[in-house]
Amino acid sequence: MKISAFAALGLITLGMQHAQAASLDIKIKNLTQGIYYTPILIAAHPDTNHLFESGMTASTELQMMAEGGNISGLSSMLDTYSANKVENPAAGLLAPGQSAMTMLETTDGNTMLSITAMMLPTNDGFVGLDSWKIPTEAGTYTILLNAYDAGTEANNELILEGSGAPGMLGIPAAPGMGAGTNGSSVTSDEANPMVHIHRGSLGDDDMAGGKSDLNNTVHRWLNPVAKVIVTVK
Amino acid sequence: MLNKKALLLPLLGMILLGCGGDDNNNDDMTMMPAPGPVPVPTFSFEVKINNLTYGQPLSPIGIALHKQGHFWNLGQAASSELEMLAESGDNTALLAMDMIDTSISDTAPLVPGKSVTLTLSTQDITDMKLSLISMMVNTNDGFSGLNAIDVSALAIGAKLNFKTHAYDSGTEANNEAAGTIPGPADMGEGFNAQREDVNFVSMHPGIIGNDDGLTNSVLNYQHKFDNPLMAVSITRIQ
Repeated sequence: MKISAFAALGLITLGMQHAQAASLDIKIKNLTQGIYYTPILIAAHPDTNHLFESGMTASTELQMMAEGGNISGLSSMLDTYSANKVENPAAGLLAPGQSAMTMLETTDGNTMLSITAMMLPTNDGFVGLDSWKIPTEAGTYTILLNAYDAGTEANNELILEGSGAPGMLGIPAAPGMGAGTNGSSVTSDEANPMVHIHRGSLGDDDMAGGKSDLNNTVHRWLNPVAKVIVTVK
Repeated sequence: MLNKKALLLPLLGMILLGCGGDDNNNDDMTMMPAPGPVPVPTFSFEVKINNLTYGQPLSPIGIALHKQGHFWNLGQAASSELEMLAESGDNTALLAMDMIDTSISDTAPLVPGKSVTLTLSTQDITDMKLSLISMMVNTNDGFSGLNAIDVSALAIGAKLNFKTHAYDSGTEANNEAAGTIPGPADMGEGFNAQREDVNFVSMHPGIIGNDDGLTNSVLNYQHKFDNPLMAVSITRIQ
């Protein structure tokens, strides 16, 4: 059954091999030591569209993803662009040091590759790739991704179950080890409301108090935070 | 473990003698088979490394030429040889690994702001990779370097430029505690075979320090770094 399904897919793919349609293998690796990625969204789309843009206000769909890991809004947005997409290739959280692999068949005109996933534990941090031009030449390409801040929520660094809903202040979950409780809040201010490079989490070494519920020896990172290997077939 | 360089040198000497004999002393070499040995070409690479950090001396730079293998793989457990380098700065075990064809190590740490140039040569360039590694000595288990850069197609005079990232071997917790850091900030313990961290290689999350919320850290503002750590150029000179 599987073989025949693949064979059928192959025939469809051959039928689409015109202009800029491409067949891609995509591997994404979480390079951090202690940050988890929520369901990943990968898309090939026209160069006039974006999942996010630095220096621009986040869409409500991006906010849903960045604050709560919910990619359904962005995914619906992609449908209106006639984009090609892969949702949740890691089938849940992508743990530190782990990789997810997937394939993406692109149709004519979808020349740009974009990727997003929320970073846990953060308030509205996400790993992102905005509009990488898919090469027309077959080969293997490596892209290093940075951590962004959606600019939609203050980085108070307090873990609060249920705070993944857009506009609800807090970090919805801290998978893995090392988080604390009863922090007093790092800040209630988000002075830069545009999508920007994440300044990093502060954390502290007081697991029963302090300003932050994050652990400064576990939940910090430096860019880049992910590696993407794209094979154009 | 056998040192391949030690084996290679006498062999190279024999080859060179053979060549010289063929060119100049044919009368004495009547015992040689008719077609003389083909001269073995030498391929040489000059590697220049600059320490870009504010206050992280880099342990003596180690560079290796090899055809297969990696000093590290992101997301996978560190080898014991890598653990030794990342926790103590000692590259002896890494450079003695079987996968390595030829290697060189600097003799002293590379202090911030300074550069050093090291040269390696090989008689066989096919599929050749270059790896480079060094520990940030004022860390628990942080290192930086180049991971199997393909130099097999590099023409004479051609140069490759790189900026290196900071990695964490995942073998020792980044507690920055007194007695755990081998560099001048602490003069503490180097290698310890115990694995007390995540046990996979990742990007380094950076130094915290006692100025930035890690109360018991022996490190401070001076030891913080950000990517990149080193500027490296590889030039094929022969």
